[in-house]
Amino acid sequence: MESTEKIRRDKNIIKQISGAEAVIHCLLLEGVDLIYGYPGGAIMPVYDELFKFQDKIHHILTRHEQGAVHAAQGFSRTSGKVGVAVATSGPGATNLITGIADALIDSTPIVCITGQVASHLLGTDAFQETDIIGISIPVTKWSFQITKASEIPSAMAKAFYIARSGRPGPVLIDITKDAQFEFFDFEYEKCLGIRSYNPFPEINLEKIDEAINFINNAKKPLIVWGQGVLLGKAEDELKSFVEKSGIPAVCTILGLSALPTSHPLNMGMVGMHGNYAPNLLTNECDVLIAVGMRFDDRVTGDLKTYAKQAKVIHLEIDPSEINKNVIADTFILGDCKKSLDLLHKKVRQNDLSLWINRFKKLKKIEYKKVIKDDLFPTKKGLTMGEVIESINKYSKGDAIIVSDVGQHQMVACRYAKFNNSQSNITSGGLGTMGFALPAAIGAKMGAPEREVVAIIGDGGYQMTIQELGTIFQTKVAVKIVVLNNEFLGMVRQWQQMFFDKRYASTKMVNPDFVTIAKGYNIDSIRVKERNQLDSAVKEMILSQKPFFLEVCVEKEDNVFPMIPSGASVSEIRLE
Amino acid sequence: MKLKTYTISVYSENNVGLLNRVSAIFLKRHINLDSFSSSESEIKDVFRFVIVVKVSFDKIDNLVKQIEKQVDVIKAFYHTDEETIFQESALYKVKSNSLFEERQIQNIIKQSHANIVTVSPEFFVIEKTGFRDETEKLYNDLKPLGLLQFVRSGRISVTKSKMGISEILNTFKENNKKN
Repeated sequence: MESTEKIRRDKNIIKQISGAEAVIHCLLLEGVDLIYGYPGGAIMPVYDELFKFQDKIHHILTRHEQGAVHAAQGFSRTSGKVGVAVATSGPGATNLITGIADALIDSTPIVCITGQVASHLLGTDAFQETDIIGISIPVTKWSFQITKASEIPSAMAKAFYIARSGRPGPVLIDITKDAQFEFFDFEYEKCLGIRSYNPFPEINLEKIDEAINFINNAKKPLIVWGQGVLLGKAEDELKSFVEKSGIPAVCTILGLSALPTSHPLNMGMVGMHGNYAPNLLTNECDVLIAVGMRFDDRVTGDLKTYAKQAKVIHLEIDPSEINKNVIADTFILGDCKKSLDLLHKKVRQNDLSLWINRFKKLKKIEYKKVIKDDLFPTKKGLTMGEVIESINKYSKGDAIIVSDVGQHQMVACRYAKFNNSQSNITSGGLGTMGFALPAAIGAKMGAPEREVVAIIGDGGYQMTIQELGTIFQTKVAVKIVVLNNEFLGMVRQWQQMFFDKRYASTKMVNPDFVTIAKGYNIDSIRVKERNQLDSAVKEMILSQKPFFLEVCVEKEDNVFPMIPSGASVSEIRLE
Repeated sequence: MKLKTYTISVYSENNVGLLNRVSAIFLKRHINLDSFSSSESEIKDVFRFVIVVKVSFDKIDNLVKQIEKQVDVIKAFYHTDEETIFQESALYKVKSNSLFEERQIQNIIKQSHANIVTVSPEFFVIEKTGFRDETEKLYNDLKPLGLLQFVRSGRISVTKSKMGISEILNTFKENNKKN
């Protein structure tokens, strides 16, 4: 076995190795040392090589392929690297699909490698054959089927380049079993460009001037930033721009943590369950500066009434997002790290104190009507909000919060304090229940020195609960908090509000979660009373091991504020 | 909004699966294709799809951007009928004896400027290239006289304006040299 150092010296050429071994060398040359996956017939040659290279590449065996792909996503989102998931053909490959779709809509760079039946069997309905290329086309940024070992280096190099460049996304590489067995002369060249693909659009300086003209003359400007800031590593540029201009800034759910929660100009979150002021004032601002976000319907509500009074400036790297949902008065196509820097150089500070006071006043209203009772309740039942507040207290806002999908997700994103970037991992666009537990495993491995707390509902927890096995086996120190209301809470809330309280199939009869955690040898506590909460959270945060905390919260609490589906952002309800 | 006919031209790599990628974009938006054809283009190793759709003006731009977003697509354009030169071909298979029994067939062929491609004792095949209404008129004229088979190609079209694909590919080469 030749070392990677050796092949680097030899211009990455190795004589006569198998396709399967070539896959490993490609991963090593792309700097990958940690992958997630699940073996099976059609990918066994690759696993055989993983066995030989186990000192160089660490493979995490998840308990389901969906767990592998979500873990790869979590890893990518805290490490900033490309996540890798491996699965076999047929059901192994189809089990990846939900995670791939999630990664596409949330722009997460991952490379999925699937085994495939031998090329002479393609199209014969062979055992565990499925057309995974066909199935994955609508949910991948790019996909490629390899039927000859000689195609492996170039396809793998392209896969990593495409996954991480421009607007990142998932790539799927399907490798037939005969290509894995075939011997060939391996030669690797990193991909530096593809002629049909331009991930780095050049910034048009005239557009910068046009935007600056709007911004410098604005009386009520508003910045709405999204995940593009994190993906483009533009946190510092955003902060400088915000501070120099003095413009209030709000974010989408995936933009959270790019600017610290405590920053005086961070006015909170927009969206269906976002903050009161950001949503209401979207329809009052005179210039809306959208940075690395895509005007999702959960952000805009009814488009016909969304920010119609404002000049819209859209900073975006993906040309297909421009004018897709909201027509921009001017747009700056390109990397927001560069465009924010260019704006920062030319922006002028205006006196916006009256405008900023509007945010403060509305925030007070939201505090009085919603936040106070969420965080410091006087009623008997525990609220989800006070659990998050307790986590804030003991993690001091330094934890990575991984949330699943539903009420607890909205509460976690509303109340979690973030001091550092890349601290909010959640399934935003696809809303994948079952995301958080495996994603937290990946998130912790992507940032091992940081505290990772997964906040999960009792519904979503049971969708990927098998990944407790992965935690047990790897001893990865994730902290799991299940907020148990014995309901599919968000659906129940909608049934209460819009379906006359007909709670169809939302009541859950749950197992004893603490006993289950004990079965996996994970330290666990159940909290039913308020006076037990703080000490339990403290014990969890102080623990150096995996930890499970179940909090039995009020069963029929609702999440507010809320913009009813299809309504205008101005119609945000506080109760 | 009012629907309008657009011709979408897609220049791309000839990769397996790209056809599915492009058609998936229409499927996802529930848009029917009026016609679809693909062939080599004027540039070596570059393929060209010509797709005809009826969509509203506010949709077409987004649709074409989604196509262009595909990694293997070099460039995609859309044009109105006025901006393109386009043609379709149709083949009509007719029983040979009707050529003698139905005298007006000869006149129809002459008037429509159609060609006879092949003649056999059982049938003969007429070919007509032109606009949709021309091939349709011939279809309507021949139908009562007994059509054995009819087939029409997708639209092929070239634009009045320049496409500049070679320039795009050259810029890529230059940029790559710089890197």
